[in-house]
Amino acid sequence: MTALLELNDVSARYGPVQALRGVTLEVPEGQVVAVLGANGAGKTTTLRAVSGTVRRTGSITFAGMPLKGGPEAVAKAGIAHVPEGRGTFTELSVVDNLKLGAYTRRERNLRGDIERVSEWFPWIPERADQTAGTLSGGEQQMLALARALMAKPRLLMLDEPSLGLAPMIVREIFRIVRELNERDGLTVLVVEQDARIALDTASTAYVLEVGKVAVEGPSADLRENESVRRSYLGY
Amino acid sequence: MADFMQQVVAGLASGSIYASLALALVLIHRATGVINFAQGEMATLSTYLAWTLTTNHGWSYWPAFAVTLALSFAGGAAVHQGIIRPNEKGSVLRVVIVTIGLLLLINGAVTWIWSGEVRAVQSPFPTRTIEIGGVAISIQDIGTIGVVVGTMVLLWFLFQRTKIGLAMRAASVNPAEARLVGVRVTWMLSLGWGLAAMLGAISGMLAAPSVFLDPNLMAAILIYAFAAAVLGGIDSPVGAIVGGLTLGVGLNLLGTYVDFVGADLRLPGALFVILVVLLVRPSGIFGHRAVKRV
Repeated sequence: MTALLELNDVSARYGPVQALRGVTLEVPEGQVVAVLGANGAGKTTTLRAVSGTVRRTGSITFAGMPLKGGPEAVAKAGIAHVPEGRGTFTELSVVDNLKLGAYTRRERNLRGDIERVSEWFPWIPERADQTAGTLSGGEQQMLALARALMAKPRLLMLDEPSLGLAPMIVREIFRIVRELNERDGLTVLVVEQDARIALDTASTAYVLEVGKVAVEGPSADLRENESVRRSYLGY
Repeated sequence: MADFMQQVVAGLASGSIYASLALALVLIHRATGVINFAQGEMATLSTYLAWTLTTNHGWSYWPAFAVTLALSFAGGAAVHQGIIRPNEKGSVLRVVIVTIGLLLLINGAVTWIWSGEVRAVQSPFPTRTIEIGGVAISIQDIGTIGVVVGTMVLLWFLFQRTKIGLAMRAASVNPAEARLVGVRVTWMLSLGWGLAAMLGAISGMLAAPSVFLDPNLMAAILIYAFAAAVLGGIDSPVGAIVGGLTLGVGLNLLGTYVDFVGADLRLPGALFVILVVLLVRPSGIFGHRAVKRV
């Protein structure tokens, strides 16, 4: 089976700080892959390297083609990136946020797409005209997810969807991600500090330490791994 | 009473000229985060272009108006791509200073090309007045208001009802996020600069018939536009329009009914408005208070 997304020896730096030191990972089509690690391990930078928002070296292939250019080109190629800290346009309305999600698509049936996405988030239609910034944190995270789905992406990249949210809402978001994967075959690359819920959702996971892949393997194996358990699962 | 209404309409006409330039300032401020001090001079240059087309090349008014708008749009976008964008990476102050440099450059160029001579500009509207309910209203005032209202309606449609307008709003409120959904942010910002230059051109072309054309045509109008934008809220397009109209009517009534103000104290009046708003309510009537997330 070929991978939808492949990173080969990818490095990136912010000025003098080397954030990634030769990361190699792959995301097979139709699977959920998790990237775990402590703060500053390079999780967010891994996603930013893919979406072209940080300068990087090494090669990235998406659907068999080298991935080049800035975030506009990456979005157009079919990768939807939900960045850390609720990727919404807080000053725009909910419906405008959704419309922007479909920005790169040529064939557009906005009404139909909004209906499709609202199946996952039934509260959206009645709050369509509300400014996104007035939503609760959990709703904003869901809106960011909904907006990403508007693009009908081939790959969904989620950066710390659990950040600052109540456990119940985190469970709800991961339930939706799991269902999107099982029902629609959506491929997902998720970066997460909450290792437990990430391992429950993903089939494969990578653990980053100081910009390098320290451990990788099927989620079930990682859950049994002594050092992963102690460092990230806490038992 | 008839006299009062007449002054209100005249105030609305000058107010819509201020509103148009104020809206240009607001568009740039939203997109680039700076005040474009060259906005007035860019408008003066546009007005000279229109004047040259009608006076030297025998064009009739409205074709010259349309071509000037197109050229202004292209010029505004070119200024962004060629001059502003290379300096955007630096501090805000750097861009501000670049716009001040541009102000001096355009002012010098206009004086060099067209000389400092004061010229009369024909109005596209008849100078007659019509009577509505006992109030004599100049057709030029109605025409001025009409052109600005029409422009605002078109802009509203562009920003609220089209895909590209939504992309422009997204690019100005959150550029990083906009790039992630595939919006070409720099192009959108250039479009914004182009639209602002067009608004300035409209303001200049409508102002010229009543105040005559010289290289400093827009100097005072730029101050009024600043006052309007500050009054309405520097980040609010609706605020710029309301601010412009309020200022136009207010200053006109003040000049007419308060003896010592007359025509001479109108400009200080605008500066006074800027001062008071910045002291009392810096976000203006419709603006958002800048909130920093910690």
